[in-house]
Amino acid sequence: MKENINSWKDLPIGGIVDEPGTAMAYKTGDWRTLRPIHNSEKCINCLACWIYCPDSAIILKDGKVESIDLEHCKGCGICAHECPPKVKAIEMVDEADFR
Amino acid sequence: MGKTRVARTGNEAMAEAIRQINPDVVAAYPITPATEVMQIFATYVADGLVDTELVPTESEHSAMSAAIGAQVAGARTMTATSSQGLALMYEMLYIAAGLRLPLIMAEVNRALSAPINIHCDHGDTMGGRDAGWIQIFSENSQEAYDNLIQAVRIAEHSDVLLPIMVTTDGFIISHAMEDIDIYSDGEVRDFIGTYKPLQPALDYKKPITVGSIDFVDYYFEHRRALAQAMSNAKNAILEVGREFGSKFGQEYGFYEAYKLDDAEVAMVCLGSTAGTGKDAVDNLRKRGIKAGLLKVRVFRPFPAEELAARLKDVPQICVLDRSDALAATGGPLYAELLAAMFEDRADHTVINRIYGLGGRDIKVGEIEELLSSQVSAAAGGKSIDRIGYLGVRE
Amino acid sequence: MSNLKQLATRQAPLCGGHRACAGCSAPDVVRQVLMASADPVVVGSATGCLEVSTTIFPYSAWNVPFVHSAFENAGASVSGMEAAYKSLKKQGKIGDEKINFVAFGGDGGTYDIGFQSLSGAMERGHNMMYVCYDNGAYMNTGIQRSSATPRGAMTTTSPVGKVIQGKQQQRKDLTACMVAHEIPYVAQTTPAHWRDLNAKVEYAFSIEGPKFMNVLAPCRLGWGYPMELTMDMCRLAADTCFWPLYEVVEGQYKLTYTPKEKKPVEDFLKPQTRFRHLFRPENEHVIAEIQQEVDRKWERLQKLCTL
Ligand SMILES: Cc1ncc(C[n+]2csc(CCOP(=O)(O)OP(=O)(O)O)c2C)c(N)n1
Ligand code: SF4
Ligand code: SF4
Ligand code: SF4
Ligand SMILES: [Mg+2]
Repeated sequence: MKENINSWKDLPIGGIVDEPGTAMAYKTGDWRTLRPIHNSEKCINCLACWIYCPDSAIILKDGKVESIDLEHCKGCGICAHECPPKVKAIEMVDEADFR
Repeated sequence: MGKTRVARTGNEAMAEAIRQINPDVVAAYPITPATEVMQIFATYVADGLVDTELVPTESEHSAMSAAIGAQVAGARTMTATSSQGLALMYEMLYIAAGLRLPLIMAEVNRALSAPINIHCDHGDTMGGRDAGWIQIFSENSQEAYDNLIQAVRIAEHSDVLLPIMVTTDGFIISHAMEDIDIYSDGEVRDFIGTYKPLQPALDYKKPITVGSIDFVDYYFEHRRALAQAMSNAKNAILEVGREFGSKFGQEYGFYEAYKLDDAEVAMVCLGSTAGTGKDAVDNLRKRGIKAGLLKVRVFRPFPAEELAARLKDVPQICVLDRSDALAATGGPLYAELLAAMFEDRADHTVINRIYGLGGRDIKVGEIEELLSSQVSAAAGGKSIDRIGYLGVRE
Repeated sequence: MSNLKQLATRQAPLCGGHRACAGCSAPDVVRQVLMASADPVVVGSATGCLEVSTTIFPYSAWNVPFVHSAFENAGASVSGMEAAYKSLKKQGKIGDEKINFVAFGGDGGTYDIGFQSLSGAMERGHNMMYVCYDNGAYMNTGIQRSSATPRGAMTTTSPVGKVIQGKQQQRKDLTACMVAHEIPYVAQTTPAHWRDLNAKVEYAFSIEGPKFMNVLAPCRLGWGYPMELTMDMCRLAADTCFWPLYEVVEGQYKLTYTPKEKKPVEDFLKPQTRFRHLFRPENEHVIAEIQQEVDRKWERLQKLCTL
């Protein structure tokens, strides 16, 4: 579906969203005040951050944490908090430091 | 064409149509006088005469919710109800229409509480008139049967995709035995065709999201599309009615006109009262009063232009409403017809009587007297009220 | 039971870009439940935070078929979808691949307004799973009390006033109500205990008939705790036995988690601003009563597990 429609005739019938996962086009990254920084050298790939991230923002590749989807990560800090205490491979950093 | 002449009550005729339609899913809950439709149909399910999954829910709200779920999933789905049951569904009626689901309902008209009353009036159906459902009224068992068969094609028409209710009058039709023509299963199935859902939710390979939330940026456009579907239903109803006529013999349109061409006074009504009205018209004509009758078959979409055009040359019009809008300005059929006729600026007198609430009988003589007094008032005799009640102890 | 590496190979049922609050647990419940299905899923949902935040038109966070129609009817709605599936499959109108039907409802949509619809769907024996994500209040409309709101909790309709302070009633034990339906499977868990949740859901999907799961779903807004602690809240709920993890298979109770050391209920209440007023001296007896109630129910549950 087109995002900006000119006429009601362009909408799918019945108010449905006729494709999956269109919310990816909506960026929630700017809600963040703290940014998770992932350190792949420390990471033991236990995937705790991945299973608990409410925003599906931990991106995996071949079963390993590849990166964090900063376009959608809301900066809740669950990932950093859940990362095993002995590992602490994610650090929450003030978003202002990146401006 | 294979027709069989059989004696059927309105409920039996509706159940027979549902058997022939052989819906994928039926979800329903019992309520007098519609209960029997589902009871009879349940025996068809129990005897393996249909492929239907019957979902006997714990309430009408859930019946309509399950029906919506089934139709969204991709199933041709039907239900039946009356009165309080329809009222309990109201929230879901709007949703079925908004989701553009061609659900089909057999609605047996019954008064709404309070006081609780199991007999006929149109208050229940009228409560759902702005919900986005197509509404077709039936005069007798034959029409109930014919209308339900046509309902499938109208609702599923690609320009329409709206839910539809076909109504009969509680007890007066639902429980009265009449001789009707039943068509062969094969011919009915040919006529209705197979259901091809646009984007069924069961198609997990093409996942869709149904029932999302709109903010101010989209709601109006979605509702605009819904309104267009209802306008489009007008053509679909005529198209299907004509095709039905060429296949089964009886053609259907928005209304039936009875002795209307030269009428000086005409009554307008919905449902079974048309039968009583036709007798009154015949009697009045014998007495030299040129009476006529317009039976409105389709209430939603409201065929405003067509009704106004048909009544253009009738000076005296009497609208009989079997429900009260409690608006202090008469019944719903009256209000809508009046609005429709306003455009032509012709010189009519249109009066309204609310009658028959809670199953109160309306007699041929009462209609005769009403129409003749309207004619005499028009000729300068005793004046009569524009809006009023008929058959109540004032 | 699957491990995380195995789950990671499954398609993500929910994508980013939804509008749930940062740190909301409801999306976790959904991801964990749906990823436990190796077969395709079709999802229905009640109105509430989950549905509203994931389906703002034209943005849907769902990668699987998702159907919402109203607040009080997730049970009925999904029962209709399951009936359609059965009918169409029987008639050969669709393929015969297995589909798992899942309904999600908040505590308001499940314990309260949708209770009848849930009860009916379970009694009719539909092959579906109903998952309540219980955050203990009507969050979507601004944190009003529900029958799942714990005793003492402050909500916008059980405020802390001069005379009445927080919710006066105990919460309804919905899990027990569902056990009384004598359906094949009933369970209680939390998303922090992902192994427990995964094992339960996988088992539930492996059997025919109606299944019910009650999943604690902390809401950082309504509960008032720092958002990174969402999973800790679940653990505290389990470790204090406020929210025991157990399952009931064909009527047979089984604890699936026993805390090494049962913590005082205060440990669960303390980090949440909705219980702050209970720590005033004049309300200490309320905490004591909550503790008694937790103990009573915990003992009863342990007994039931020996039957
Ligand atoms: C019939 C009806 N009544 C009330 C509402 C308003 N409403 C929408 S969501 C909601 C609360 C939802 O609470 P819950 O089910 O606990 O889900 P949560 O938002 O907490 O996740 C209410 C009261 C509604 N949509 N429909
Ligand atoms: S901060 Fe929160 S949203 Fe961002 S990646 Fe971590 S868990 Fe996900
Ligand atoms: S929780 Fe920590 S160690 Fe585990 S995968 Fe995530 S970043 Fe790596
Ligand atoms: S209010 Fe609570 S339940 Fe709702 S989205 Fe926010 S955290 Fe989640
Ligand atoms: Mg809630």
